[in-house]
Formats: sequence, structure tokens, C-alpha cells
Amino acid sequence: MGILNDFAKGLKVTLRQIWGERVTAEYPKDMREKPQRFHGRHVLNRYPDGMEKCIGCELCAGACPAHCIYVRGSDNPVEAPVSPGERFGFVYEINMLRCIFCALCVEACPTEAITMTHLFEMSTTNREDAIYTKSELLIEVDGTPNHMFPDDPLADMDELRKADGWMRAVAPGGRAAYEGETPWSESAGVGVRPAEPAQEPTRPLIAVLPDFLNVRSQEDPGEPEASIAEKAPMQEEEE
Amino acid sequence: MIELILFIIVAAVAIFGALTVVFARNPVYGAMGLMMTLFSLAVFYVVHLAHLVAAVQVIVYAGAVMTLFLFVIMMIGVDRDEDNTEKLPMQRQFVGALGLVIVLVAGIAAVGGRFDWVRPAASTVEANGTVQEVGKLLFTEWILPFEATSLLLIIAAAGAIALAYFGPRRRDREDA
Amino acid sequence: MDFWDVLFVAARVVLAFVIPLVAVIFLVWGERKINADMTNRIGPNRAGPWGILQTVADGLKLFFKEQVTPRKVEFLLYAAAPILALIPAFMTFLVIPWGEGFTWEIGGKVREFAFVGADLNIGVLFFLAMSSVAVYAIVLAGWSSGSKYPLLGGIRGTAQAISYEAAMGLAIVAVILFASTTSTDGGTLSFVELVERQRGTWDEVVSLPGGLSWFENVLGLIPRWNILPQFIAFVIFMIAAVAETNRAPFDLVEAEQELVGGFHTEYSGFRFAMFFLAEYTNMFNMSAIAVVLFFGGWDGPTFDQWLPGIIVTFLPLFWFLLKTAAVLFVYIWIRATWPRLRYDQLMNLGWKRLIPAALVWLIASTVVVSVRQFGWPWA
Repeated sequence: MGILNDFAKGLKVTLRQIWGERVTAEYPKDMREKPQRFHGRHVLNRYPDGMEKCIGCELCAGACPAHCIYVRGSDNPVEAPVSPGERFGFVYEINMLRCIFCALCVEACPTEAITMTHLFEMSTTNREDAIYTKSELLIEVDGTPNHMFPDDPLADMDELRKADGWMRAVAPGGRAAYEGETPWSESAGVGVRPAEPAQEPTRPLIAVLPDFLNVRSQEDPGEPEASIAEKAPMQEEEE
Repeated sequence: MIELILFIIVAAVAIFGALTVVFARNPVYGAMGLMMTLFSLAVFYVVHLAHLVAAVQVIVYAGAVMTLFLFVIMMIGVDRDEDNTEKLPMQRQFVGALGLVIVLVAGIAAVGGRFDWVRPAASTVEANGTVQEVGKLLFTEWILPFEATSLLLIIAAAGAIALAYFGPRRRDREDA
Repeated sequence: MDFWDVLFVAARVVLAFVIPLVAVIFLVWGERKINADMTNRIGPNRAGPWGILQTVADGLKLFFKEQVTPRKVEFLLYAAAPILALIPAFMTFLVIPWGEGFTWEIGGKVREFAFVGADLNIGVLFFLAMSSVAVYAIVLAGWSSGSKYPLLGGIRGTAQAISYEAAMGLAIVAVILFASTTSTDGGTLSFVELVERQRGTWDEVVSLPGGLSWFENVLGLIPRWNILPQFIAFVIFMIAAVAETNRAPFDLVEAEQELVGGFHTEYSGFRFAMFFLAEYTNMFNMSAIAVVLFFGGWDGPTFDQWLPGIIVTFLPLFWFLLKTAAVLFVYIWIRATWPRLRYDQLMNLGWKRLIPAALVWLIASTVVVSVRQFGWPWA
């Protein structure tokens, strides 16, 4: 009668689940805590003085594997510059229907202008609304992000302000030598975002890395932008 | 009155089903027509208070036999075109002649005044007792034919299995 | 046969239609909720309190949805199949008694209002007939949709239904045989009569030799339901009933992983709703029949000294629905637990296990019944 015993065992398992814990999160009433490096909707940042960080270099468009970014740079007007560089992003569009949220644009950006947030509710009722333009992507001078439908009950502005993921992606974080350092610049509204927390479980592994893998720890960690900017054209050539 | 209306409707359905069996191009529709006729017959039995016969009719014919018919039709594939060549010579002419003879005989009988509708016999068995009555008859008076029939069915089933499993084709299949 | 009689009959028929309909609304909701509970989810919780109106919402949605007709269908049979599924499902409940009924003096006469659609003297056969007719819907839906997977499902459904009908019939025969000994009227095929014979307690039927007479007091506490002597028949019946209603673990007709839902994929809108309704009505019917055959139908404590008359009248209905709900819970529980059988396993279980077991049990019941009726052959 072994098989009957097995049947009964199976029935007991399912019956016990009735009093068990529920795994369902009652979205949108309850939101799950998202991982720190969550890849959500993009924003275009500003410096604390209100200048746009984007310099219209189109590296993001070049890095994009889905070809969803369209950038047209323009020369900065001399009397009222938009960005601190020579040029600025005159047109900046992202087709969210094509975007695969890989954050290669964020890594390619030499000025940390484009970053990713935690917002993922981006459903629209027509295709045109899915193409985000500068008016939605660019944050305000005071640091508040824009949303295409601000009245939408799903438009959670807090998620748009959580923008840590990109910094982890561009930071030389993960290396023990960089722990507690902030290699990113200040942004409007938030200032300098805090450094990445230490990653306790993985530290022993990193510590035993051979020295040649840890080359950068001997250099000055000062200018990560420059090194990334050097790398980006190389990626383009590989394509 | 209600019985007459019911009879006319159900009879029409039965004849329609029978005609479907003959004229339907698709064998599945033919099978459905046959089912319709069998169902109508079951209704007739109910009208005549033979509930048991009606239930058995539906279970055995409409339920089991026709389901197997459909099963077979679908297994051998209904999408293939039907073979319309006639294997028996002169069968159309023969059937036509036979039909004519039947109509003639019926006509002569009707004209000669020897024709009468079947009148319902006065019910001898109480309606609620049909199950018990049939059961008693089957297990007393008709026990031998009843058992013989069941034996025949078992032989038929065993024979079908024997033909399907132990024929020469089986060996061919194993060789291949 | 005056106006009130006609009204009573009409009311009974309407009730026999409405009860399964309402039951299905709660059954679908209950299945989703219990299934969700058993898989650590929450289940429907938007429409109404605890999502109890979810089925109504789904039904309304399906009612107003576009009916997509695939291009290759045989339209006549394609359209007829859902209706053919629904008719036997609702016809079956007509013969199932759901309560004791009451008498009412109206129109100058004392009239009886039986809680059953129609008390047929061949009720059991009628049920078997309807359940064998229900196969047509699956076969025709599978074939007429002109698609391969539903056709496979249809062929599977036919073979499955025929195989398990035999086992179910044999299990029911054993119960009917047994029921014929507990009354002096001989055998019966009426569901109402079968319920009547399960009222009371076991000490009314069993007479024990002197030394064991104390045990009769214990038997006097146990209701005279068939589940006790016919437990094997009940197990066989339940397995066959799950197979007949094409439910997991026997849902090979619409196996999602193999047949992509079978014919369900080809239907949409109201036609799909009809199939869905038929499936769950069948499930309710099977549970109701299991209750009638094995759990004493509407039988239960009446409390007629303590409760007002109107409640006492409707209490049997409550017991009946409660027992049916318990059986349905087992249905859902099984679905949430056991994986689907392979096709050859299904056939093996049906032909090599269930039918021989049912035959052996039938013979054993026959022996018991004969001994009770005629005494031991050597005595």
C-alpha cells in the first residue's frame, strides 16, 4: 500500500499550504521592494546649477543594441548655454517599445546624463506615447523628474527618484579598493548620491583576486568618466 | 393532444435524421443523423411509458454505439474523399425495383381496405413497474436467450481482438 | 391537475435549473480560491467581497465578447457542440433530489412540493444515459474545429468516457444491489427512493447475535449511509466520476501541456462559456450523485424541536449542499495535488484496475445481498 501512502502524502502537502504564507504581492496596493540595481525608465539629469548633463555626443545611441535612442546634438548658444559642454542634446528620444533596458546607454554616457530609475509602469494606449522625448526624460531644475501621465495612479514619482542602479553600473564598485568612494558627480535635487554599500558576502572572493585583475586599484580612482569615454568608441568599432 | 404534437415533431426529427444518414456527404453528419433518429425513437418509447427501453436505447445506441461509430470515422480520417465506385453491379436498379414492389404492395393493401394503423394495446403493466417486470422476465423466462446473447457478445469481442492481434499482419509488423 | 399543480411542477423544474447554475458560480470561485490557497496564492479578490462575484464578472465578459470562428470549422457542428455539452449537464440534475420537500395547503388542497426536478423511476439509468451523451460535445467540438489537437482530445475523450463509464456503472450497480436489501420493496433505480433508504441508523438494518448486542448501541449512532458498506464502490465511483468530468488528473481531453487546451482553444465568447458552464455543472452533478448514492443525500440532523418550521423545511437542502460542497472540495483538492496521467496509464487504470475491481466488488456485494435475502446455502 505504498502508493496510497504516497497519494496521501501529496494531499497533505497541498492541504497544509492553505494555512501557509502567501507569495502574492497585491500590486498595486503593495509594492515589492525592488533590487538596488533595478533597470527601470531612464531620466536625463541636470547639474545642481540647472545645466543639462547631456552634451549631445550620441554615444548612448551608438551603444544601444536595440537602436531605440535617437539623439541630435546642437551647438550651445553662447549667451545662454544649455549644457556646460560645446554642444547639448537638442533632440533626445527613446522608443520604450524597443528598449531592452540593458543600461548600455548609461555605461556609455561620459557625463552621467542618462541614468535609469526604478519606475517600470510605462504602459500606454498608443505607440506614439511610448516614444519618450526630452520633455518627459529630462528632470526639472529643482530635481523633480517628469512623467508622461502624472495623474496616473500608477505614476510613482518616488520610483523615478530612486536612481542608484546606474551608479553601480558605472562605478568601479565591487572592488575592495573603491569601497565607500563616490566616483559620480553631483545632480540637481539629490546632490551627491551616497556611495555603494559594502558587499559583505562577496568580499573574500574579491580579496583573493590576482593582482593583474586588480590593476585599477593601483591607479588614481579620480576620473572614471574619462576612462569610460575612451572605451566607448572602441565598442562602436567592434560593432 | 400534447402527445400528438410531440409525436409529429419527434417523427419529423426522426425522418430528418434518417434522411441525413442517407444523403449526408460527410460521414460525421451521417452519424449525427443516426444519433438523432435513435434519440427520437427513445422519445417514442417514453411516450409509450417504456422508460427502461428509452434509457437503454440512449445508453447503448446513442451513448456507446454511436460514440464508437464517430470514433472509428475520425480514426480512419473523414477528410479523405469517399470512394463512389459501385462494387455491386445493378444495385441501383435492383433497389429501385424492390422499392417499387413494396410501394405497390402497400398501395394494393391500402386500396383493398386491408390496411390499419397499429392501435395501442391496453396497458397491462403499470408504468412504474417496467424495470422490475423486464428484470423478472429476463432472469426467469428468457434466461437462456439472455445468457446466450451475452456469450455471443463476448465471443465477438474475443474474436475481434484475435483478428486484430494474432493475424499475419502482426508478424509483419514485428519483422519490420 | 389545476393551476397550482402546473405552477409547482414549473417551479421545481426552474429550481432544478437554477440550483446548479448558482452552485456553479460559487464552484468556479471556490475552485480558483482553493487552488490558489493550495499553491500559496491569493486568488480572485477584486469582484465583490473575497472576489465572490468573479464568476459573474467572467460570465458577463464572455457574454459580450466577440465569438471568433476559426476558418476551417464545420460550422453547424461547431455551433452545436457547446449546446450539446450544456443540455445533458442540466438534464442530469433534473433527476437528482436535493431535499425532502414540503406539503402546502393551497387552492383548497394539500399539495406536495418535492425537492426534485422529476422523480424518475429509472433515475440512475437516466443519469448514465446523459453522461454517455455528454461525450458527443467533446467529440464534435474536437472534430468540427478542423484542428489537430482538439481532434486528438476528442478521440481521447471518447475512449476515456467509454472506459470509465463501465467502471462507474458497475460501482453504481453494487450500490443499487445493496440498497435492495434494506427495504422490503425490492430494488429501485430512483434517486429519491435510494435516499429514503439511507435514512435512519445502522441498528435498524443489522441484527447481531446476542453476545454482540452492545455493539448495536454504537451502530445506533451511525447514520445508515451507503458509504460504510460500499466504501470500495465509492472509491471506484469517485475515480470514474473525475474521469467522466475530464478533470485533473484525467483531463487528457484538454491537457494544456500536450494539446494546448484541446478544443477550448477553438472556442471563444459565449460558446466557450457554455462549455465551461457544462463542465462545472457536470462536476456539481457528479458530486451530488455521489452524495445521493453514498452519503444519504439530504439526510442529516433535523433539529425539528428547536428550530422554526421554515428552517426545518430547508435544512435538508442545506445538508445536501454541504455534503456536495465537501465532495467538490475533494475534487478540487485532487486537482491541486496530483499530476496528469499518461494516456496509456489512464487506459490501464480504467480497464485493468477499476473494472476488475468493480466486478469483484459487485460479486462480493451480490454474495452479501444473497445471504441476507436467502440465508446461507448450507443453513
